[in-house]
Amino acid sequence: MSVRIQNSIDALEAMGHEEPALQGSRTSCEIGGVVIRLALALISLLLISFPAFAQEQKKSSCIECHLKLEDPRLSAPAKLFDNDIHRTRGLSCNDCHGGDPNADSKEAAKDRSKGYLGRPRTLDIPAYCGKCHSDANLMKRFNPSLRVDQEREYYTSIHGARLKEGDQRAATCISCHSVHGIRAINDPLSSVYPLNVADTCAKCHASGDYMRGFNIPSDQFAKFKTSVHAKALYEKQDLSAPTCNDCHGNHGATPPGIAAVANVCGQCHARQAELFQKSPHKAAFDQKELGECITCHSNHAIATPNDQMLGTGQGSLCINCHSPSDKGFVAAGQMRSMIDELIARTNSSSEILARAERLGMEVSRPKFELKGATDALTHARVLIHSASADEVKKVVAPGLEVAEKGYQSGVAALAERTYRRKGLLVSLVFILFLAVVVYLKIRQIEGKARTA
Amino acid sequence: MSIRPITAWLDKRLALNEVFKIAEKKEVPVHRHSIWYYFGGMTLFLFTVQVVTGILLLLYYRPSSENAFESVQFIVTEVQFGWLIRSIHSWSANLMILTLFIHMFSVFFLRAYYPPREITWVSGAFLLIICICFGFSGYLLPWNKLAFSATKVGTEIAGVVPVVGHTVLRFLRGGDDVTGATLTRFFGFHVAVLPATATVFIGIHVLLVQLHGMSVPPKLIGKPVQKMKFIPNFLLRDLIGWILAIGVLAALAALFPWELGEKADAFAPAPAGIKPEWYFLFMFETLKRIPAKVVGLDGEVLGIMAFNLVALMLFLVPFIDRSPENHRRRMIFNIIAVLALIYMIVMTIIGFLT
Repeated sequence: MSVRIQNSIDALEAMGHEEPALQGSRTSCEIGGVVIRLALALISLLLISFPAFAQEQKKSSCIECHLKLEDPRLSAPAKLFDNDIHRTRGLSCNDCHGGDPNADSKEAAKDRSKGYLGRPRTLDIPAYCGKCHSDANLMKRFNPSLRVDQEREYYTSIHGARLKEGDQRAATCISCHSVHGIRAINDPLSSVYPLNVADTCAKCHASGDYMRGFNIPSDQFAKFKTSVHAKALYEKQDLSAPTCNDCHGNHGATPPGIAAVANVCGQCHARQAELFQKSPHKAAFDQKELGECITCHSNHAIATPNDQMLGTGQGSLCINCHSPSDKGFVAAGQMRSMIDELIARTNSSSEILARAERLGMEVSRPKFELKGATDALTHARVLIHSASADEVKKVVAPGLEVAEKGYQSGVAALAERTYRRKGLLVSLVFILFLAVVVYLKIRQIEGKARTA
Repeated sequence: MSIRPITAWLDKRLALNEVFKIAEKKEVPVHRHSIWYYFGGMTLFLFTVQVVTGILLLLYYRPSSENAFESVQFIVTEVQFGWLIRSIHSWSANLMILTLFIHMFSVFFLRAYYPPREITWVSGAFLLIICICFGFSGYLLPWNKLAFSATKVGTEIAGVVPVVGHTVLRFLRGGDDVTGATLTRFFGFHVAVLPATATVFIGIHVLLVQLHGMSVPPKLIGKPVQKMKFIPNFLLRDLIGWILAIGVLAALAALFPWELGEKADAFAPAPAGIKPEWYFLFMFETLKRIPAKVVGLDGEVLGIMAFNLVALMLFLVPFIDRSPENHRRRMIFNIIAVLALIYMIVMTIIGFLT
């Protein structure tokens, strides 16, 4: 039992064990003593109850002093550190920078003999962070699932390679993760949260001035913003949609080579990549050294794919390489016409079923079954990556059957409606006739009664 | 071959001739309000339609969350004239509630509950509650999204009643949420408990009407009133109404088949603009518009308690307004009923339009 707990128990016990004889003749001095003891007991209890409160009192002369400094470059680290993931895990300035946070003077706090390291050089930053982040045993204590190969991977990146060469303009850990205000990657305010990654990369990569020195374009971010991926990410807030690091990697960021593009895209678009690998396009693209996916879809400005990209008409991408005399041209035309036919038949089936539904007919089952045609269309659009009209036909044909069945159901529903109306007319004539007969019977009965 | 030996045989055992004699003696007063006499018979006829079509639907309906929707879908798409039976069942249910309300208000305004007809009124009030329960329980049976959400809201409202609310909610739902257990339970109420109860109360109600005869409005009490024979004159007129009702039901079923909607999904959000059946709409609209707090009390609870009080008052009507001589009380009752009727109509229209 801790001394604090024991003291507070003693104080509480002392309050209850007063001599009865004395209780009736308490002086103000005695009452004051009881109050003091009560106060002490309460303070002790507070300290026991709120260990976090006690922990808050841990001294950090670094923060105390830096907060008071007028130069924002020196006060900012102390201010930013309040929201830093490291702080929430119980780390403080000295855990990275060394020195003595308990010292009262600047000199003592920054005593090199106490391990003070100061501000690291840009070239040393990866190793500086890697001291902990590359240490599996250490990291297990904080986050066992966190990878510890970031530093190693970093040096495989273009950024790392340049830094190794001594180029201080290359991005290091803090360029992306910020410094002193580092947040967890799942924190929406983190600079590497999925919605913020592109902006973080764009800080350098969208800067024409900055990129000029590296001889690479700076329009990737602008192009990415127009892409189907960006629409999914920003408009639909789909955090699984790809951003820069999903294709380029993060710590090992590098532009994928032409041969590797399909592998990168294939991480998500696996079926398309598989079909492409088996298609006649594979050898042709390799021979002409064309980027596999990007030749048709581009890279950063990947637009929402549409059927106009396929075929031999205006706007088609196939005719960029194929001419009317080759087999690819024919296959492209066939694939496009099959897809167009499936779309047209599915649409007419949907329309007739919608019409029947508006007229009150129950067509939910054929409407549901028509989804088979829509699924076939989606499948066919994937299968065009095989560049084989026969493969596309394998799914379009059953899709057309489903669409036809849906259409016939719609026709049957409308015919049924007409039949019901005719049936109603006949029934109503009979019902009215019956009513008239009964009415005449009443008149007959009442007429007889009157004459009688 | 003559049927006389058969009727004689039956008469010996069932005293049919005595029944026919009573029926022959039954007369219906003829005056300018006689039209309202037809609505009781019309309600009974529509109830009979419900029983017949309900039994036919039972041949195919499967009461489980897995099969209910599909079985109704099968009825309206695959079964010969299944669509007609299902639509007539739904339309007839609504028309029955409508004629029931008309019957109730006409009986009220014509003061047909004056002694000795108090129990006839009370049994009629019970039948109103039973029919509303029929509507509420039957609405869930197709297990579509709208029904699922409406049942959720409806049972939640029941759960707001102080003290017994939570128990009632759990009893109705068969648990904390609307699930397959609720469907099975509602099915049980709809095809067993309620029909049995309704049969008893209809029996009492009709028997008492025969016992006391048809009432006349207070103004005609003690005055000579022209009468017509119930059999065949009034019954044949009733028959014309019933035949025409079949025509209306057939037209509604053929021109506006009752929608099936989409299958209920417990994880899907409630459909937008969810509304209960029209006869609950005035209560729903009231509860929607009542302020959250009224004189420090929960507005919703207050509204529900107020409706419960009105229902209780409905039963007590014949015991409060007992005498045709008390003109002042009659006037007050008329004003209250007219205001209630206007309120119900206005709130129902608002409910439809908003």
